[in-house]
Amino acid sequence: MAYLEVRGLRKSYGTRSGPTAVLGGVDLTLEEGEFVAVVGYSGSGKTTLVSLIAGLLAPDRGEILLEGVPVTGPGPERGIVFQQYSLLPWLSVRGNVALAVDAVNPGLPAPERRRITDEFIALVNLTPAAWKRPRELSGGMRQRVAVARGLAMRPKLLLMDEPFSAVDALTRATLQDELLRIWGERRSTVMLITNDVDEAILLADRIYPMTPGPGAVLGPAIEVGLPRPRQRRHMSLEPAYQKARQALVEFLRAARTAR
Amino acid sequence: MRNDISQKVILPLLGAACVLVVWSIVSVTVAPDLPSPGRTWRESQRYVLEPFFKDGEMNQGIGRLALYSLVRVGKGFALALAIGTPIGFLLGLSRRFHQSFDPIVQFMRPISPLAWLPLGLVIFQKSEPAAIFTIALCAMWPTVINTAVGVRSISADYLNVGRVLKLSRFKTLTRIVIPATLPYVFTGYRLSLGLAWLVIVAAEMLTGTPGVGGFLWQEYNSLVYSHIILSVITIGAIGFVLDRLMGLVEARVRID
Repeated sequence: MAYLEVRGLRKSYGTRSGPTAVLGGVDLTLEEGEFVAVVGYSGSGKTTLVSLIAGLLAPDRGEILLEGVPVTGPGPERGIVFQQYSLLPWLSVRGNVALAVDAVNPGLPAPERRRITDEFIALVNLTPAAWKRPRELSGGMRQRVAVARGLAMRPKLLLMDEPFSAVDALTRATLQDELLRIWGERRSTVMLITNDVDEAILLADRIYPMTPGPGAVLGPAIEVGLPRPRQRRHMSLEPAYQKARQALVEFLRAARTAR
Repeated sequence: MRNDISQKVILPLLGAACVLVVWSIVSVTVAPDLPSPGRTWRESQRYVLEPFFKDGEMNQGIGRLALYSLVRVGKGFALALAIGTPIGFLLGLSRRFHQSFDPIVQFMRPISPLAWLPLGLVIFQKSEPAAIFTIALCAMWPTVINTAVGVRSISADYLNVGRVLKLSRFKTLTRIVIPATLPYVFTGYRLSLGLAWLVIVAAEMLTGTPGVGGFLWQEYNSLVYSHIILSVITIGAIGFVLDRLMGLVEARVRID
């Protein structure tokens, strides 16, 4: 059995004209220490999938097993980096990260928790801004706080819901490189949701393409054969990169035409 | 820069001058009993220039009278917040509580202070607590309603953070719900303070307690009409300052 197993996941939302199927039977697996991406068009139901795995929503049908244990609700062992950062604006950078550290380590003495908090802030290079409020930070810095908070939960699985979609292209590249470095250091199990094919190839070991909704499903996973550690430069010239990109784009294009 | 001065100083002064002109014309033409601006100033001079003199219970400087009213409003306002804030949170947090008590809130909200005051006198037998009771009862509704709306409009994103971290109910309340609601709560406080000040005049008129409102009614009965105008202007000025002060507090707790 895989580390994370998602089987036959279905979810519909009620609308005025009756229920609309968002997910029409999603299957996916993830191994421990693996970085998997789900790529799809905007509005195809990617956020719904993340919310279901996080336990923030309940599926209509299907099941989610993490280490063989069914997911029945939210919990910090499935840490999440929200699309809109979701930082608490009345707390400083430290406060936001400390909230997570304190919540998952209630038994640790305060100085130890403080040390862990500092460690995660340093990991995303925000030590000089530790006492700032989110409104004083740029979009990229806010996203770093959100990543630090997600990692600070020390989750078995870190879910990232289009984490870089709200920042400009240059910042996005920096954040991607940083995530690549952090993942290289820590080897957390990550599931990244994105609509950016290149982002998925740069970061992930395997990529699931998602068909556009309604009733979205995942296509067969595509292995990214690029060796690690990866460098952004020259990557697009590698045959493995071009192969993965072509497979993804073809699947997504065909899925849209078939709709 | 010049434009700024004209907008912030000259135009408001022009507006005030217009009002003075209309007032003068009315006092000369249709209402001969209404004192003119000049007469009002002559007869009120001492009350303004020596605001804290006290010749007796019924004849005191306007500053001293305003102070009595402010203390009374302060007590009523504090009581309104002490009762209104928790009720607002309960209304926002608990569906059951909302279903039980929201109709009563909506029912009691439009009741005039004039209706509550006699009831207060019946309950407390004394005018001072009756006045405070009336102020509190009339002033608490904006706090109740704004707090409830604030709790209900907390972004799901913030609550989801709490859910993922599995925060206890108490921690969710203190770390997420209360800070997220604070801006709404303080808007409620500002509106409540405005209402409390509005109610004070009615309360003092009916109970005859010393204060700006009591003074106003007493001078009406003594036919010193210029002092009515003095009281009215004082009430307006203090209300304006209170609102601005609460506005500053409100701006401090605003998120983003």
